[in-house]
Amino acid sequence: MAKIIKDHEVIEVRFPVSDSYIISLRSPVEIPAVLPGNFAEIQIENSSDVFLRRPFSILDVDYENRIISFLIKIIGKGTKKLGEIRRGDKVSLIYPLGNSFSLPEPGKRVLIVGGGSGIAPFVQLGRILKVNSNDVTFLIGGKSKKDILLTALFSEFGEVLSTTEDGSMGEKGFVTDHSVFKSENLPFDRIYSCGPDAMMKAVGRISKQNEIDCEVSLENMMACGFGACLCCITETVEGNKRVCKEGPVFNINYLKWEI
Amino acid sequence: MGDLRINISGLEFKNPVTTASGTFGNGEEFDDFFDLNLLGGMFVKGMTLEPREGNDYPRMAETASGMLNAVGLQNKGVDHFIDNIYPRIKHLDTHIIPNINGSTVEDYIEVAEKLNEIDSIPALELNISCPNVKAGGMLFGTSCPSAIAVTKAVREVYNKMLIVKLSPNVTDITEIAKGVEGAGADSVSLINTLLGIAVDAEKRKSVLSTVTGGLSGPAIKPVALRMVWQVYNAVKIPIFGIGGIMNATDAIEFMLAGASAIQVGTANFIDPQVSVKIINGIEDYLERHHFNSANELIGAMEG
Repeated sequence: MAKIIKDHEVIEVRFPVSDSYIISLRSPVEIPAVLPGNFAEIQIENSSDVFLRRPFSILDVDYENRIISFLIKIIGKGTKKLGEIRRGDKVSLIYPLGNSFSLPEPGKRVLIVGGGSGIAPFVQLGRILKVNSNDVTFLIGGKSKKDILLTALFSEFGEVLSTTEDGSMGEKGFVTDHSVFKSENLPFDRIYSCGPDAMMKAVGRISKQNEIDCEVSLENMMACGFGACLCCITETVEGNKRVCKEGPVFNINYLKWEI
Repeated sequence: MGDLRINISGLEFKNPVTTASGTFGNGEEFDDFFDLNLLGGMFVKGMTLEPREGNDYPRMAETASGMLNAVGLQNKGVDHFIDNIYPRIKHLDTHIIPNINGSTVEDYIEVAEKLNEIDSIPALELNISCPNVKAGGMLFGTSCPSAIAVTKAVREVYNKMLIVKLSPNVTDITEIAKGVEGAGADSVSLINTLLGIAVDAEKRKSVLSTVTGGLSGPAIKPVALRMVWQVYNAVKIPIFGIGGIMNATDAIEFMLAGASAIQVGTANFIDPQVSVKIINGIEDYLERHHFNSANELIGAMEG
């Protein structure tokens, strides 16, 4: 898989809610094949206190028009600064980076659990699963109604459920409190999760108890994103592995998680 | 067109631009981004006698114009390098220089002996300045007698070019440089990272799992330049200048301060193609200033 490093032109920065934005950029060259789970490293220039690139999951790709997009939640100085960028500005991107979600056999039932901007890789994944005739259920969690994004998009690929901590949308509580987990035999062959660590671990715990195959996408801090710096490691049954290279997607049984 | 070739202790480099150990993997991670054969040399990821897992996560903290790392020499050991990694990269037309580390002098000797057997490896970098390991590493490089002892010991078993990588975390770096020169080093590389810490105010915790880490990036460039200049005036052996080089101008500044060649480090993380841009930029500089050779830049700074 060839990676590209190119300046991309900003086409649009759209804020569906005040603390998250969708940024779309046009590549000057043909976009290489991007798999669900792959990420990009984006350079945020002209700021001495945002020195390194930032890794973001790829939300979607329009190969025909050479447009790549990202869903970004403002959580620190890098994500804030990037949100201030305007249409026409140029931004350097490196992608596609990392591995991708493995796909279940056609017809298998799949649950996708996402929180925050962790839902980004699930647009591409949902689309492929639908094409592969998998029965997909999305479960999106957030603090409040405004944190539940992309539901219209996800509903094209499967059923969409949600939880909010304040009960303003879907069921009240955390994703793992949802009634979908209450049945004796969970009707899923595969679970995917991406979002806050605590959420992924809780989902991982339920998957393990029910002996359901589960893949998570980790969001460790990275300096480079392409395997050189060894900063983003996570502990696995085979020792420390790079989240940027051997990951970001890992089967929970491969991780040394105490769950 | 200016001549970019640099001769360091009898070994010719096609240009003065090399990549710093720990920031360039084993080169393979950069294969997608540029032709590695363009490099003057490649200092590959630091290796030890036995495989090491390195330190716990988090190992990195971004800082103003730089970053702290506490990777701690995660590597699969020298035998793995010789048997698995080196065969994959030995075809490259650039000098591949291993960076070696140890907890004891005996460790260093054993690693150096193994690498001495490989004809096509022309040099090694003796790392006595890693700040992120509990034993060995920087402890060797921050005291003159121990820096001399480990250099002497490795010199006895290694008969090709020996480069000693110096720590900036010392009172007087020229004393260490003179010591290792006397002990038989062919060259010195400096500086390794500066010891620092990062604090998370909200969580009232240290950011790094190890608390301390090594600072790199443009934040350390003035300190690195000063040390290269001091060492240039104190020893006769050539210097690899390292510390926050982000572009050709930075690289030229190091050469003017006394470096014969440079290592590009942290900049590789932000722009994996930066080394090629630096090579082209030096060539351009030679032409603009009517120099015939990059050699003319070495130590050419006026006081």
